[in-house]
Amino acid sequence: MNNIVTEMSGAASVQNKPAVNKAPIFTAKNVDVYYGAKQALDKINLDIPRNKVTSLIGPSGCGKSTFLRCLNRMNDLVDICRVEGDIQLEGQDIYAPEVDVVALRQHVGMVFQKPNPFPKSIYDNIAYGPRIHGLTSSKSELDDIVEWSLQRAGLWKEVSDRLQEPGTGLSGGQQQRLCIARAIAVRPEVILMDEPCSALDPIATATIEELIDELREKFTIVIVTHSMQQAARVSQRTAFFHLGNLVETGATKTLFTSPEDERTQNYITGRIG
Amino acid sequence: MSPENAATAAKLNITAGNRSKTVEMIVTGVLIACSLVAILVTVGIVFSLLFESLRFFERVPMSEFLFGTKWSPQTALRADQVAADGAFGAVPLITGTLLISFIAMCVATPLGLFSAIYLSEYASKRTRDWVKPLLEILAGIPTVVYGFFAALVVAPMLRSTGESVGLNVSSESALAAGLIMGVMIIPLISSLSDDVINAVPQSLRDASLGLGSTDSETIRNVILPAAIPGIAGSLLLAASRAIGETMIVVMAAGLAANLTANPLEAVTTITAQIVALLTGDQEFDSAKTLSAFALGLLLFIVTLILNVISLKIVNKYREQYD
Amino acid sequence: MTSMLTTPTRLRKSREASETRFKWFGRGAIALSLAFLVFMVGSIILQGKGALTTSEIAVTVDLSADNIDPNDIEATSFDSLMKKSLRETFPEVTSRGDKRKLYGLLSVDLGFELRDQIIADPSLLGGPQKLWFTASDDADLVLSGTVDRNLDEENRRMSDLEISWLETLEQSDSTNREFNTKFFTNGDSREPELAGILSALMGSILTLSVCFFVSFPIAILAAIYLEEFAPKNRLSQFIEVNINNLAAVPSIVFGLLGLAMLLNTFGLPRSTPLVGGLVLSLMTLPTIIIAARASLRAVPPSIREAALGMGASPVQATFHHVAPLALPGILTGTIVGMAQALGETAPLLMIGMVAFIADVPSSIVEPAAALPVQIFLWADASERAFVEKTSAAIIVLLVFLVLMNLMAIYLRKKFEKRF
Ligand SMILES: Nc1ncnc2c1ncn2[C@@H]1O[C@H](COP(=O)(O)OP(=O)(O)OP(=O)(O)O)[C@@H](O)[C@H]1O
Ligand SMILES: [Mg+2]
Repeated sequence: MNNIVTEMSGAASVQNKPAVNKAPIFTAKNVDVYYGAKQALDKINLDIPRNKVTSLIGPSGCGKSTFLRCLNRMNDLVDICRVEGDIQLEGQDIYAPEVDVVALRQHVGMVFQKPNPFPKSIYDNIAYGPRIHGLTSSKSELDDIVEWSLQRAGLWKEVSDRLQEPGTGLSGGQQQRLCIARAIAVRPEVILMDEPCSALDPIATATIEELIDELREKFTIVIVTHSMQQAARVSQRTAFFHLGNLVETGATKTLFTSPEDERTQNYITGRIG
Repeated sequence: MSPENAATAAKLNITAGNRSKTVEMIVTGVLIACSLVAILVTVGIVFSLLFESLRFFERVPMSEFLFGTKWSPQTALRADQVAADGAFGAVPLITGTLLISFIAMCVATPLGLFSAIYLSEYASKRTRDWVKPLLEILAGIPTVVYGFFAALVVAPMLRSTGESVGLNVSSESALAAGLIMGVMIIPLISSLSDDVINAVPQSLRDASLGLGSTDSETIRNVILPAAIPGIAGSLLLAASRAIGETMIVVMAAGLAANLTANPLEAVTTITAQIVALLTGDQEFDSAKTLSAFALGLLLFIVTLILNVISLKIVNKYREQYD
Repeated sequence: MTSMLTTPTRLRKSREASETRFKWFGRGAIALSLAFLVFMVGSIILQGKGALTTSEIAVTVDLSADNIDPNDIEATSFDSLMKKSLRETFPEVTSRGDKRKLYGLLSVDLGFELRDQIIADPSLLGGPQKLWFTASDDADLVLSGTVDRNLDEENRRMSDLEISWLETLEQSDSTNREFNTKFFTNGDSREPELAGILSALMGSILTLSVCFFVSFPIAILAAIYLEEFAPKNRLSQFIEVNINNLAAVPSIVFGLLGLAMLLNTFGLPRSTPLVGGLVLSLMTLPTIIIAARASLRAVPPSIREAALGMGASPVQATFHHVAPLALPGILTGTIVGMAQALGETAPLLMIGMVAFIADVPSSIVEPAAALPVQIFLWADASERAFVEKTSAAIIVLLVFLVLMNLMAIYLRKKFEKRF
């Protein structure tokens, strides 16, 4: 196996050293988000721990996606959207004027609700990120990254013999794994996932959930989900949003077994939502 | 040390991407420049028309141009022959233009509207898929072809028909040009109205049909009233098209500046006169040549007003049902 | 109970009748419009058919050394030789006027045609040869049957005498009809039998090329800016209103712009494809922009999100992903715009592309005609034979338009709904 890939695994073990591990990778302080005059998020304070899966849950319209999209500034694309407060990635304010959103998104990747592969070949889908970010200097390095990413996304076996076929020709679950492979190919620190399984059948969902658990080793993952079972299965920490407020955060187990807030209690027992 | 080690050990670099900012700025600049071309063209049109027209109005007062009823532009035979400039009253041209456009609209409105109604409310998808493109062919045929056909076939036909019932039809009658122009704008009206009718929400149709109305009653009492603003917009657009149409009138309507409302007589139009004034030998400074620009300005203003109004109406209509 | 639902009352009957009537109005409107289309195109095709063939007349010419010096062919007076041969074919013609009529059976180019045939095949020299020559337009109309020979003499251009000559020729197998290659290989001419569309066709091709290379890039880039980058501010709105209005400005106004700006202010050469193409490009610009924007809008936002989410810049996302996906639609719109430009006549008249141009233009700064303008000019010509030519030129124009539109339809069908 090639250098880069071994180095990448090496990098992960470095990251796993307790010394680096402690500080949260993202810290959000007093985040308010407005769509025009309408306030969608109210004073959100949330830390995202490194190399863990954090799930965001809550009833529809409570602002989960909005918060998630603040973390890599995808909200910039919405003209009327305004973000106030302080969000730091590794101690740097990501809304600071000198920040280049493009560079930010290289470090904070995203997987969307509906699989959205480019209508290009499987290979080009994955090679696109490394190409535009200038991560490789030769074709063979690029080949290695493509293979590594597909392997990490558990898709290599299924597609290794048809890399030049269009990515849009894969099944829904395969497409979503392709999107995950595409996201990790640029070696981000954090991967944001907005309901990544909502368009998939249970078997494909299970595959992705396993994948998320494996990816945790190397990446920090934030996932929005409507399924409490899914949150319980894949995440170590959970944050419960309600009507634009962050009601409660904690270790997933504690939050689901002994929630502190009544609203959380009602939600996980199915009384609101 | 590998790049990731560097990245995690030191600060994450989120302040500068790997791409070239200058290139992107240049690209964006080029994009903006290209879209400004549209404004530039408009400005160019307005300025060139205005500038030449002002020079024309230095020689011929605007009131004479707008209200004079005699049009016979003559070029001076000698440079000192001011009086031989001729008469520049545009009224006969305006009435001629309106007469021909009116005839065209009389032909195109019923044919276009009924086609649109049939296609959107009655026709099967198969019929639609066939008939719509066929109708669009009418819009795709160059106007010089219509002009040729009007002059060669339709005008003589009208003339001989007229003779057989004892009417004297001019061989360059307004009727021939108007009829053919009407056919040309049928597809414009039918496709615009078709869009408009299709935009009427299904719920309105269901409501009327649910009360036991027949299809035609639903169309007349519910759909058409709801679609009226949009249809009006499309008719205005068609009228503007008719007023600005050139080749058909150049070839079939001729140059006789008669002030008449009789469709069997020869009339001339603004566009036909512009062509007549500017083709062939011309000295650029004569009142005759400059008058073409004054006519062009008049044409531009009138069609612009019609277009702006119709676009406003259509947009408002769209928003209403969005 | 059931009777209420099935038995028609008087009112129901009249309502039904009005329903049927309404439907028939619709059908009638469509039928009428399409019937007109068939009538117009059909009659033009019937008219133009005649121009696609041409008549030839065979004359026996004595090519012996008495008439032509084999060592100096060019020194021959081919015209007089032809006239002499014609007189020998019809020895009974003596009066001057009749002789002139006799020469008029052939095109005015008769001398050149003889010379070209000899140069192409010098082995003809030496003795009498039966050679073929283009018939004049009037003779052609009689030979092709377009003009009825049994008409009263004063109602046709050929006299009984001339027709009797033609009939003699027909009986001796000395007339022939052939595919009219000259129509496609000659430039314009004052003589209908020699006039062709090549110069106009080349002019149109050059003009359209200029139009394409100017309007296509500008329109695409403008559409990309307006659809993908423009902030929703006053300026963008103003640009948008401008584009929509430009699309509806009468074409002749663009011609005036070209005359005042391009010719008189910038001093570009009159009557040339360069100026014609520029004027047409300003006209097609809005058409292409509007089509390109619609096709960019049809690219699903998820593609943009995917690219941006990977850390592609907006410029990269647009040029790597969105624009390539929109390209087929943009091309379709462009072809439709080009087809419009091909048929456009009025603005070209304004910038002087109506001059009589017989030479085939070879560059965009030489004076040239264009196909629709050629149609306009021929439609105005007085010779009866030009009616056929005009119709034939229209057929050629329509064939090009049909081909372009088929291409657009093919593109649209091929790339329809890929995402
Ligand atoms: N582009 C937008 N413009 C205006 N309002 C928006 C926009 N996007 C979201 N909102 C509003 O912000 C609030 C939060 O939306 P968000 O999409 O974050 O909810 P969510 O928790 O992700 O819901 P779901 O579970 O349905 O995806 C909602 O009230 C929504 O209406
Ligand atoms: Mg959401």
